[in-house]
Amino acid sequence: MLSVNALECVRGERRLFSGVNFELKPQTLLEVRGANGSGKTSLLRLLCGLLAPASGCIEWNGGDIHASGEEYRAQFAYIGHLNAVKDELSGLENLLFSARIAGLVCNAASAEQALHELGLSDFRHLPCKVLSQGQRRRVALARLYLSAARPLWILDEPFAALDSAACELVRARLESHLQQGGMVVLSTHHDIAISARSTQHLELGQ
Amino acid sequence: MLDVVRSLAGRDLLAALRSRADVLTTLIFFVIVASLFPLGVGSDTALLRMIGPGVVWVAALLASMLALGRLFASDYADGTLEQLILAPQPLGMLVLVKVAAHWLVSGLPLVVVAPLLGLQFDLGTDALLVLLASLLLGTPTLSLIGAIGAALTLGLRGGGALLSLLVLPLYVPVLIFGAGAVEASATGLGAAAHLSLLGALLLVALVFAPWTTAIALRIAVE
Repeated sequence: MLSVNALECVRGERRLFSGVNFELKPQTLLEVRGANGSGKTSLLRLLCGLLAPASGCIEWNGGDIHASGEEYRAQFAYIGHLNAVKDELSGLENLLFSARIAGLVCNAASAEQALHELGLSDFRHLPCKVLSQGQRRRVALARLYLSAARPLWILDEPFAALDSAACELVRARLESHLQQGGMVVLSTHHDIAISARSTQHLELGQ
Repeated sequence: MLDVVRSLAGRDLLAALRSRADVLTTLIFFVIVASLFPLGVGSDTALLRMIGPGVVWVAALLASMLALGRLFASDYADGTLEQLILAPQPLGMLVLVKVAAHWLVSGLPLVVVAPLLGLQFDLGTDALLVLLASLLLGTPTLSLIGAIGAALTLGLRGGGALLSLLVLPLYVPVLIFGAGAVEASATGLGAAAHLSLLGALLLVALVFAPWTTAIALRIAVE
């Protein structure tokens, strides 16, 4: 369970948000919305521990996330707005290497299957520099098909650059993760209805 | 753990292999810089023999600095660095693996061609062997120290010039003992003391540089 208490984020001289509270239980989805520059990405990066909060605390199962660094990092999957996809490598190589470095259980067959789920089978051996923006996004999101063991998913604009067919696939993947007891935090501008047992909304910049 | 190390090293080496031009640039730079001196100074063999070790070492130092830009820059730009920091392994260990892979493609080739360049300066067989040994011990230290600078200058405009200002002064001890080893063996003093000191520098860098670099990388992605 992830709980956030009186979280405040200051970037440079600007205070992006303060007094953010929420509690995320299994099978819960948190949708973070807000105007550009309202701090959605910063909030997600705070949840990952990439940023340190100005005040307030983030706890995973009762322990501060900064205190239990490596343990906590094995509990979530983060996909930022950068795809973390290497131009020189093919989609399959990118997925295999990044999944293994993240400590996910993965072999060539499961990676191929993940790419197949997102409709990338025909492109899996092409170097990623020739793929379109949406296809690279799909390569990055394919990691979700290997991340079932991670209860918490933190996704920054997962639907950005995706076509409607891919949005549908990702939505289905998120719903099945939520159904299996997972938690999802995502920031989005899209009106894609993801059904979950419980959905929370957080509007930043108000 | 071993799987992570293998995957990370494998990815970096494969990416380097696919963009061979970058790797060759460093090597060709090294060869050209070291070859300019015999052309500029003239063919006085006594003089060449005297300046040879220093020139080869300075050229290796500049070439290894030139390669530092590639160490973290693309990872920083494409988001891979965030994922590395979020991996459940200690970041210092991942940094060490990355630096080792970087040294294999940018440092080791310098070590291999250095004896050929040494011939231009009329260095004897013993001096060439010592040159090889000193570079083998010294260039990993250069990569490790350089990683700190590369991490500190990530994402800065004009980071390249700043990187050299930060890193070159720290390279000085390695240069002194590296070039000194070859000179000492040429004058009959024996290179053992210099090589031991180079080894000591390498050990110190192995302990402290990955840890310091990890801190700098965390600051860079904030």
